[in-house]
Amino acid sequence: MATKAFQRTYTQLQAITKATVSLNARGVSNDELATVDGRLAQVVKTKGDNVTLQVFSGTEGVPTNAEVSFHGAPPTLHVSEQLSGRFFNAYGEPIDGGPAVEGEEREVGGPSVNPYKRRQPSELIPTGIAGIDLNNTLVSGQKIPFFADPDQPYNKVMADVALRADVDKIILGGMGLTNDDYLFFRHEFESAGALDKIVSFVNTTEEPPVERLLIPDMALCAAEYFAVDKNEKVLVLLTDMTLYADALSIVSNRMDQIPSKDAMPGSLYSDLAKIYEKAVQLPDGGSITIIAVTTLNDGDITHAIPDNTGYITEGQLFLRADPDTGKVIVDPFRSLSRLKQLVQGKKTREDHSQVMNAGVRLYADAQNAKTKLENGFDLSDYDLRCLDYAKEYATRLLSIDVNITVEQMLDTAWEIFAKYFSPAETGIKQALVDKYWKKKEE
Amino acid sequence: MSTKGKVTGIVSNLVTVAVDGPVAENELCYITVAGEQLLAEVIKVAGDKASVQVYESTRGLKNGDDVEFLGRMLEVSLGPGLLSGIYDGLQNNLRTMTGVFLKRGEYTDPLDREALWDFTPLAQPGDKVVAADWLGEVKEGWLPHKIMVPFSFKGEYTVKSVAPAGSYTVDQQIAVLTGSDGEDVPVTMVQRWPVKVAVRAYKEKPRPSRIMETGVRCIDTFNPIAEGGTGFIPGPFGCGKTVLQHAIAKQGDADVIVMAACGERANEVVEIFTEFPQLVDPHTGRKLMERTTIICNTSNMPVAAREASVYTAMTICEYYRAMGLKCMLLADSTSRWAQALREMSNRMEELPGQDAFPVDLSAIISNFYSRAGQVVLNNGQTGAVTFIGTVSPAGGNLKEPVTESTKKAARCFYALEQSRADQKRYPAVNPIDSYSKYLEYPEIVSYLDESVEKGWVGKVLRAKNYIRRGREMADQINILGDDGVPMSYHEAFWKSELIDFAFLQQDAFDAIDALTPLERQKFMLDLILALCDRPFEFDNFDECRNFFKELINTLRQMNYTEFKGEKFNAYEQQLRQYLA
Repeated sequence: MATKAFQRTYTQLQAITKATVSLNARGVSNDELATVDGRLAQVVKTKGDNVTLQVFSGTEGVPTNAEVSFHGAPPTLHVSEQLSGRFFNAYGEPIDGGPAVEGEEREVGGPSVNPYKRRQPSELIPTGIAGIDLNNTLVSGQKIPFFADPDQPYNKVMADVALRADVDKIILGGMGLTNDDYLFFRHEFESAGALDKIVSFVNTTEEPPVERLLIPDMALCAAEYFAVDKNEKVLVLLTDMTLYADALSIVSNRMDQIPSKDAMPGSLYSDLAKIYEKAVQLPDGGSITIIAVTTLNDGDITHAIPDNTGYITEGQLFLRADPDTGKVIVDPFRSLSRLKQLVQGKKTREDHSQVMNAGVRLYADAQNAKTKLENGFDLSDYDLRCLDYAKEYATRLLSIDVNITVEQMLDTAWEIFAKYFSPAETGIKQALVDKYWKKKEE
Repeated sequence: MSTKGKVTGIVSNLVTVAVDGPVAENELCYITVAGEQLLAEVIKVAGDKASVQVYESTRGLKNGDDVEFLGRMLEVSLGPGLLSGIYDGLQNNLRTMTGVFLKRGEYTDPLDREALWDFTPLAQPGDKVVAADWLGEVKEGWLPHKIMVPFSFKGEYTVKSVAPAGSYTVDQQIAVLTGSDGEDVPVTMVQRWPVKVAVRAYKEKPRPSRIMETGVRCIDTFNPIAEGGTGFIPGPFGCGKTVLQHAIAKQGDADVIVMAACGERANEVVEIFTEFPQLVDPHTGRKLMERTTIICNTSNMPVAAREASVYTAMTICEYYRAMGLKCMLLADSTSRWAQALREMSNRMEELPGQDAFPVDLSAIISNFYSRAGQVVLNNGQTGAVTFIGTVSPAGGNLKEPVTESTKKAARCFYALEQSRADQKRYPAVNPIDSYSKYLEYPEIVSYLDESVEKGWVGKVLRAKNYIRRGREMADQINILGDDGVPMSYHEAFWKSELIDFAFLQQDAFDAIDALTPLERQKFMLDLILALCDRPFEFDNFDECRNFFKELINTLRQMNYTEFKGEKFNAYEQQLRQYLA
């Protein structure tokens, strides 16, 4: 950490917890950074002369006579085109062996965009995955998390989505990534030859949890530079936001705050919203799209973290293993993209929303048939056809290993409909049936 | 001389200030930091220490920073030009702010001080007037905007002079009033009012006695909301809260709509100000934006101003109500406001109530809901503020403090249900759990007797009964299997499905189906009930199901066609054959 001349240093800590220290100091400003025993810390509370600092790397081994110096400014990031292709830690320091980035120094966690200056998102982000493009279409400027149990391959899906998306920059914010996952992302980006459009901020499980709190702000500060200053389309990947929230609860706990639901701080909603609301479609063409990962505990979306997330984000993509086909699918019932109607049928073919609805409705009928079967009731001919349909629909469209264009998805859906159902059973508008229905080859 | 102070402690947006003189609860102050002035509000005083919540980011604030108290509470400016405005929670005009990002410490004027308004006097010199009496009128777009004796004036005044008809800016003097003490007071078109104080400048507040039409069938027919009534919509995320609220905002029969986006997504506000200027108000034929004001404190804007936003919105409604207008306030969502209260209470280290919410949460909510209502003005005319709030219960569980507190305060309850949303039965309002207390008001019953038909409420209750019975039968069928129950069970189940699919479900994105006037609702309910009342004889449950599926399909097609148009009539003929 760079220290400046004329900095006042202190050497007497009043209190130490696992995540915070406090001491008597004067002239300290809120949110400013400090160095405690060589570690980075941030002012979170002042009471009279008593200042509480959150020490990002934890306080193990910090003695009461540790040297404390204040930097006089909140966390910052140097921004310029030099960010591209680089890997940084939570403090914005290079971890790839390269030189420090030169450029304007900006405070992270800056103000919000004036809502009136926003534009309505309207550009499709194709991912090749039908469970997303067909049923839960993504739009630039959207914020949406994957809800997934820890055993789901969410990081792989996210890397695929990022590399296929037609964007100018991809910014990865990795929080509590295992070293293996970090190397995975690095390898994926390198082998795709896309490194020059990727910026990564990474905190691994080997590093202290409280450091994670800086990752989203760093990643979004870089994203705002490219989207606002350079009018670029930026995709931000944040994984795993559950670990971020856990870090929040550690700090609030150490500060003796009263916990609300699930031991989370009462400000969880605002804390998460401050991050997700950075997603924006700007008037001059730039945009920030956020795709995040929120890991669940056994699919429980009523836990405070996914629950608050769901109220903030514009939908969620729910990954689950499908026992009937052995594939990981994007669950069509619990997933939702709130912005899909802004592009479906407008930027895609006219039959998009009707095909999507029919596909999901028939899949729901198959679920009912399955329940009937499990309860030992007789199945009708329609039920049996639904079950067959469901298997093919899951394999060819819902599965995350699909990679086709939206047009191909629609054609595939029509083909499967014709294989198992009559036009009336799909309930699709007659005009569209006349135009797209695949005649069975006799 | 105003009270001054120095910052002595900071935790996030809660700042402690040592003061050198008197301060009032809820008094505002400016904290000066690096040349910027940050607005803050006193929320607690202990000795010479005042705790203030800052409406902005407190980054860079230092102990010892100067604080200056303003001697007033948070106020809004009331005058012509508020309609179609887009304000933040403190009533700063977001349109006139510079830069893409919100700049800390930038406060903009809510009213256009240059604009000229065509003023017509209504009062005469010599008239005796009290607060909220009308002195004159300007045209705010299509709306006759009354210029009133400011709400803060106490006692009786005599009009000394009123400006002649002509064009004036809001700051020009349009009347001079003489108080009982003989002192002359000038009046302009603008007045200021503290947002946390209810405007009580009216003669009386009778019980609501009319229905406010929304065009949404599951509301207007099944659980109607009254003009000047209160209601709330709780629901887990993804159940269509926002779509339902926007439908009410688009179609509600009100002169003025104020939408408070309180701690919600910014893109939803963008949707309103992108689409409303294009959409047409079904009641007046004008653009929807002309009757709409947006107060937005989105989830990433400073938390303390979230609380202010709902009060600001309510005060604007009360202002227009005093002009004899029907106003509606939609707040999305009051849970975020409650969470903002929780954050502050937490930082002040108050003893927490349930789920760490402040213990007076319930009192705060019911006090706010009580500001809605129909009023009789001093001149005998009536005005109303109808209030509908949404609630975002944690984990979708309705047994949580905000939902429970709101249930005590609001008279209508529209329970959005996850399982209905999963089945895409929109609007996902549960027909059994939801209620409208207004159906029990004799005033409302007799109003419906006259405006719809005699005995209407009885008919509605009968339809609800069909639904209730159908649900019970569905449970039996699920347990015993299709073959294990008598045919009458299937029939009862399908009758409830008929009412559900053909009446309760409504396509908010279809131009015709989205808005059903009460006359059409009555026509459809009569038709559907006639079908339900008819005895059927089916040989097997397949026949029963197919028969009702066809009925449902025909009725749904009917919902998509123009009322009493050619196609509509053809469908009706088809259905009448079963009633012969």
